[in-house]
Amino acid sequence: MRATPVPEFMLEPVFDAAGSGRDAIGASTLASKGLNVRHGTILTLEDINVSFDGFKALTNLTLYIGVGELRCIIGPNGAGKTTMMDVITGKTRPDNGVAYFGETLDLTQMSEVEIAQSGIGRKFQKPTVFEALSVFENLELAQKTNKSVWASLRAKLTGEQKDRIDEVLQTIKLDASRQRPAGLLSHGQKQFLEIGMLLVQDPQLLLLDEPVAGMTDAETEFTAELFKSLARKHSLMVVEHDMGFVGSIADHVTVLHQGSVLAEGSLEQVQNDERVIEVYLGR
Amino acid sequence: MNATNQTLLARASAKLGPQVSIAIGLLVLAVLVAMPLLHLLPADNALHVSAYTLTLVGKILCYCIVALALDLVWGYAGLLSLGHGLFFALGGYAMGMYLMREAAGDGLPAFMSFLAWTELPWYWYGTDNFLWAMCLVVLAPGLLALVFGFFAFRSRIKGVYFSIMTQALTFAGMLLFFRNETGFGGNNGFTNFRTILGFDITSAHTRAVLFLATVLLLVASLYLGWTLARSKFGRVLTALRDAENRLMFCGYDPRGYKLFIWVLSAVLCGLAGALYVPQVGIINPSEMSPTNSIEAAVWVALGGRGTLIGPLLGAGLVNGMKSWFTVAFPEYWLFALGFLFIVVTLFLPKGVIGLLRKKGEQ
Repeated sequence: MRATPVPEFMLEPVFDAAGSGRDAIGASTLASKGLNVRHGTILTLEDINVSFDGFKALTNLTLYIGVGELRCIIGPNGAGKTTMMDVITGKTRPDNGVAYFGETLDLTQMSEVEIAQSGIGRKFQKPTVFEALSVFENLELAQKTNKSVWASLRAKLTGEQKDRIDEVLQTIKLDASRQRPAGLLSHGQKQFLEIGMLLVQDPQLLLLDEPVAGMTDAETEFTAELFKSLARKHSLMVVEHDMGFVGSIADHVTVLHQGSVLAEGSLEQVQNDERVIEVYLGR
Repeated sequence: MNATNQTLLARASAKLGPQVSIAIGLLVLAVLVAMPLLHLLPADNALHVSAYTLTLVGKILCYCIVALALDLVWGYAGLLSLGHGLFFALGGYAMGMYLMREAAGDGLPAFMSFLAWTELPWYWYGTDNFLWAMCLVVLAPGLLALVFGFFAFRSRIKGVYFSIMTQALTFAGMLLFFRNETGFGGNNGFTNFRTILGFDITSAHTRAVLFLATVLLLVASLYLGWTLARSKFGRVLTALRDAENRLMFCGYDPRGYKLFIWVLSAVLCGLAGALYVPQVGIINPSEMSPTNSIEAAVWVALGGRGTLIGPLLGAGLVNGMKSWFTVAFPEYWLFALGFLFIVVTLFLPKGVIGLLRKKGEQ
């Protein structure tokens, strides 16, 4: 097998000190309370290795996400996209490597719950909602608030919280089905509900695994608009196969292949990249 | 026209539904409160309730509390415990210790004298004090559940593995309590109780009070379950049952939630056990046998899990049938129980309560 030469541009943070693209320092002020993002990078992954029983799922993966960025991750099946999300959310521990949220939070030392509480939200590949609960209750549980046992025992929704849920219900167009059990929603509606749950959670970094799978064209278009409006205030990392969708939202695309970054740049750039074409078309 | 009539009818029945349930509930409660009072009537009165009936119903009410407690962890949080009999028995033993001390007066409980022991084991100290015994009723099952739950939930043990471990726990408890050296009367357990707080344990008044206390505990547990199920805590539990991963990525730590409901459920079982022992008059290690705990799961499944009334209905039905069967055809009871369980699993996935609701909607 031919060793893939490592292109130099991929090792650079998108928002480096030189500030290519948006103003990195200005963007960092948008990230909210507590999270230290001095250098404009919200997520840092360096030399991450993960192997399952000898199978290398991720090899020396290095990736940076800037504050307020909307990044799309593409790559063939088995490229390690979901494993990468598992590493970021604490579901899988890397064998070695560095994973930082902001400048100070070491993701490899935090539990899944701590990571979620610190401001990383995740949408699963298969829409996962609380099926026995109503749409409204799903959003109620996801909402950013004190999530300890004692707090839940005495929790009562404030007017402000209710308004926020109503607002999100409007946004995801599920206002009419607010009292329906989530298990009765269509596939596309469940996708929207899960996105809505992320919105009320108000994370700084959103990881979205195939968000438009099973959506109609109109729904996909609407999702694209929604994500674009979320970027800048939040950082988004979207894994998607639908190239049309990727083209409509991404300013930056990363191609994963066999557990490491193959190419990075605008969609046009990566689509014209020799090696990307080779991987996708198998030439 | 016809369609509107139908929707009107549907609405009317939907409104009527809860009212009918509440009416039935109040009626049952009235009967339960009247029973101990009727027991106080002279034996030749037509309305007299016999001690046998009162004890039987009191026993079933204790089982109802166990079913409710099991439903809180199984039906709501999705943790199937096959070891709830252990918590029930521990509560019962704590109460039994007090009753044995009461019966023995200043001496040692009879079984200890029989073993030629001259001193009380350390864990028996203070058990002649009713209040301390009541503390033990809560502490023994509560602490055991806390320690077991802490490690089980920290290691993320769930599903069938969790069930098997609880089953093993109650079996281990049974073997431990079977030993004479453990100091709980070996396989005979505790019996021959005389008085409770100085009152004769077989007198009609004591029986009536114990029965009322059981009804009170049942109503309190029901209220507690109702409050929990309606709170955000209850919704988090349901979410935990259906999609634990999603819940974790929402920022909830499932361990605390599981531990809270698990310990609460164990304590409820302990309290039920403590009321069971003075009414039935005996406690022995067979209460910890795995089959007892499995039977409790059958009650909940049969009645309808994830509802509050379902488990009570299930416990009542199965135990009512059991006491009839074991008199009429004693050797066929286990077959009947097995058959019942198969029928429920195949045809009534939501239990009797699911069937009633369906009927109500039609």
